[in-house]
Amino acid sequence: MDMNAYLSMFIDESNDHLQSLNENLLQLEGSPEDLSIVQVIFRSAHTLKGMSATMGFEDLASLTHEMENVLDLVRNSKLKMDSFIFDTLFKGLDALEGMVQDIVGGGTGQADVSTIVASLQSIVKGDYTAAPSAAPAVAPAAAPQEGRAPSMLDEFQASVLKQSMESGHQVYHIQVLIEENCILKAARAYMVFDLLERHGEVVQSVPPVQDIEQDKFDRSFTVFYISQLPGDELQKHIANVSEVEKAEVTTMDEESLGMLSRPQVAETAASAAPAAPASSPAASTEKTGPAPAKRPAATGGAVNRTIRVDIERLDALMNLFSELLIDRVRLEQLASEVKRADLTETVEHMTRVSSDLQNIVLKLRMVPVDSVFNRFPRMVRDVAKSLDKKVDLIITGAETELDRTVIDEIGDPLVHLLRNSVDHGVESIEKRIAAGKPETGTVHLRAYHSGNHVFIEIEDDGSGINRERVLGIAIKNGVVTADKAASLTDEEVYMLLFAPGFSTADKISDISGRGVGLDVVMTKITSLGGSVSVSSRYGHGTTFSIQLPLTLSIIWAMLIQLGSEKYAIPLSSIVETAVIKRQQIRKIHGNRMIEFRGAIIPVLSLSRILESPDFDEDLEEESEIVVIRKGDKWGAVVVDEFIGQSEIVLKSLGGYLTNIPTISGATILGDGQVALIIDPNALIK
Amino acid sequence: MGEDLKVIVFALGNEEYGVEVDKVRTIERMCPITRVPKTPAFIKGVINLRGVVVPVIDLRGRFGLPETEPTENSRIIIVAVNELEVGFIVDSANDVIDINTDSIDSPPEVVGGIKAKYLRGVAKLGEERLLIMLNLAEVLNRSEIIQIEGLEE
Repeated sequence: MDMNAYLSMFIDESNDHLQSLNENLLQLEGSPEDLSIVQVIFRSAHTLKGMSATMGFEDLASLTHEMENVLDLVRNSKLKMDSFIFDTLFKGLDALEGMVQDIVGGGTGQADVSTIVASLQSIVKGDYTAAPSAAPAVAPAAAPQEGRAPSMLDEFQASVLKQSMESGHQVYHIQVLIEENCILKAARAYMVFDLLERHGEVVQSVPPVQDIEQDKFDRSFTVFYISQLPGDELQKHIANVSEVEKAEVTTMDEESLGMLSRPQVAETAASAAPAAPASSPAASTEKTGPAPAKRPAATGGAVNRTIRVDIERLDALMNLFSELLIDRVRLEQLASEVKRADLTETVEHMTRVSSDLQNIVLKLRMVPVDSVFNRFPRMVRDVAKSLDKKVDLIITGAETELDRTVIDEIGDPLVHLLRNSVDHGVESIEKRIAAGKPETGTVHLRAYHSGNHVFIEIEDDGSGINRERVLGIAIKNGVVTADKAASLTDEEVYMLLFAPGFSTADKISDISGRGVGLDVVMTKITSLGGSVSVSSRYGHGTTFSIQLPLTLSIIWAMLIQLGSEKYAIPLSSIVETAVIKRQQIRKIHGNRMIEFRGAIIPVLSLSRILESPDFDEDLEEESEIVVIRKGDKWGAVVVDEFIGQSEIVLKSLGGYLTNIPTISGATILGDGQVALIIDPNALIK
Repeated sequence: MGEDLKVIVFALGNEEYGVEVDKVRTIERMCPITRVPKTPAFIKGVINLRGVVVPVIDLRGRFGLPETEPTENSRIIIVAVNELEVGFIVDSANDVIDINTDSIDSPPEVVGGIKAKYLRGVAKLGEERLLIMLNLAEVLNRSEIIQIEGLEE
C-alpha cells in the first residue's frame, strides 16, 4: 500500500485531532469533573493512535497509547485530574504536535518521549507524587461501594446496544451473584462469560473483564449482553454454572437503556447523596451542578458540510480570475470605443456576472480567524502559568472571516501582543489583590467586521500604561527628546511602545522583552495594510486595537500618469484629489509645503521619488495632487495626470524583487501593461 | 561517461552561452517592460507574462558588458531557479543542442569579461565553437545585488 497517498489526509486529520485535544483539555481544566469531556478527549486520542499506528508512526502511536491509558482511568473515575496530570498531558500533546510537524516536514515522526512516557506511566501506577496519590487511591476504593449501581455505558456502547435492538436482537442486563463460599470466583465468572460468548456478545461488563479475571470483584458482576436467545433460557443456562447463586436477566428496551447511559456523575451523586446526606451535600451538588450545564457545549457546534481543497488550487483559481478581470476591463474599453449597443449590453452583463464571481472567489479565500485564535488559549495558559499569574482568555468573534493571506501573517503579531498583555499588562496575583481586583486577570480577544475592515482587539484588565515610565524609557533609549516628551498626548506616548528598540519590562523575561519589541508587530501589520492603536487607563487596563483590510487580493485604486508611466495608488489611503497652482507651494525650512483645508502639509514629488525619466512637475504651472494619509499625517503627492479609479488585482513582484521602497506590488492593466502600486505609507515619513 | 544535457543556446555579443533546458520556462519576444524605480540599472523592470508579473534583467548589464538597444532578434528567456522566476534579455536565442557533460571544462578565470563564478564551465562544440555554460543560481544570487546596490549608494 502506498502510504504517501494517505499522508496528507493523515496530517490534516492529526492536526484536527490535536487541536480538539488541546481545546478539550483546556475545557476540562476549567471543569475537571465533567466526564463527558474526557470521553471526547479519549475518542480523539484513540483515533489518533489508530491512525498513526496504521501509518507506521510507532512513536506517535505509543505516546498516544500512554496518554490514552491515563485518560481511560480518568474516564472510569479511577483517577482524579490534577495539575500534574494536566501538565503531563499537555506536554504529551506538545510532543505529539512536534512529531506531526516533523512528519509534515518529511521526517519520520520519531522523537525521544521517554520522560513523558515515564511520567504518564507513573500516573497510571498512581505513584507520581506522594501527596496526590492518596486521593486517587481513595477514590476507586470508595466508588465500588457507594456506586454499585453505576453500571455505566458510554455513548459508543449505548449506541451499539440501541442498534442491536433496532435490528431485532435481544439486549439483556444480566446480574450474576456467585455463592459466598466460592473459592475460585474468577473461574466461575469465566465460565459464565464463556457461556455468554458462545450465544451472543458481551458489550460491557461491570467491573471490567480484566478485573474479574484477576479476581478483583465482590461476589456480583453485571454485563450488558446481546443475543438471540430468549431471556428465560439464558437465565437457565447461567444458573446451570456451578456455584452461581443467582442470575438476574432483564430484557432492556430503549427507555431503560436511556436511563443507564445517562452521565455517570449524576448517578453516583444520586446514589452517594442518600448514603451520606450529612457529610457531603456540598460535594454532591458541586458534582451535579456543572455537569448538565457543560453538556450542550461539548456536543454543540454542528459540523458544516465542507470539502478540503488544496490551497494551491484556490490560488490558481484566484490567478485565473484576476486574468479574467483584466480582460473584462479591456473589453469594457473596447466596447466603449466600438459603441455597438448589443456589444455594450453583453459586456455589461459579463461585468455583473464577473463581479458576482469575484465575490464568491474572494469568499472562498476567507478563513475564520478561529484558525489563528484556537492556539491562543493554550498559549495564554502556559505563559500565565510560567509567570505564576491567573489569566482568563475570553475570545469573541472567532467566526469573523479574513483573507487567507492576512490570516497567514497575523498569527505572530497577535502572539506578541497577547504575551505582552499577559506579561506586562496583567499584574501578579499579590498586586491584583492589593489593587482590589479579582485574583484572576482577564484578557479579551475580540474580532469583528466594520465596513471594509476587520478589527482585532486585545484588552486586558491589568495595570494600564504608565505614561511617566514609558516616557522615561523612551527618553533614556533616545526614542524621543525630553523637550518633545512633555508636549506629547497620551495616545502619542502609547505609540512610543511601537518604536524600534523599546521595551518596558523592568526585568528581561523569556516571555517578552527580548529586544524585539512591539515595533515588529507594527511593521508586520502596516505591511498588511493595517494599523494599530492603543488606548489605556492607568490602573484599569490596556486595549490594543488592530485594523486590517478584508482582503489583500483585489483593491480599489486611483490610477495616475507620470509622463509615460502609469502607477496605482490604493484608494484606502487617499483623502482627496485636487489641482494646485505653482505659486501655492511655499517653502518652509527648505521643505515644500502647501496649505490644504486649513493645515500645512508637505508636498511630495512623485517624479523625484520614483526617478521618473520623462516627467518634471517643475515645468507645469498647475499640478494635480493626490492627498494621502498615514494615520493622522497627510501629504500631497504631485502627479502628472489622473487616469481614474479602478478595481485592481494585486500581484507580487516576485521573489527576485523584494523590499523595493515605495512600491508595494504590481497590477496588470486592461491593455496588458504592468503598473506598479505605490505604497503611500512609505511616502510619508 | 557523462550524461547528455539539452541546452538552449543564446548569444550575447560575439559569445555563445548555454542554459539547461529544464531551467527555462519560455522564450519570449521583446515586449513592453515597466520600469521599477530604485533598482540596479541592469534590472530593466517587470513584464506581464500571461497574468504573472515577472522581473526582467539585462544579462549584458548583469555581467558588466556594454548595454545595447534591443533589436529584432532580441529575446527574453524566462528561467526558473530556486523558485525565482526571472527573464533575461539576450541578443538572440535560436538553438537547442545536446552536449555531453564530459565535454564541459571548468571555466578559466575570466571569459569575455564575466567572472568565473557565474559560469558552470565551457563546452567545446566542434573545432571553433565554444559554449559558455551559465551558473544560474549564482547569476540570480540576490545577496550580490544588495552589494551592488551598496556600492551605488
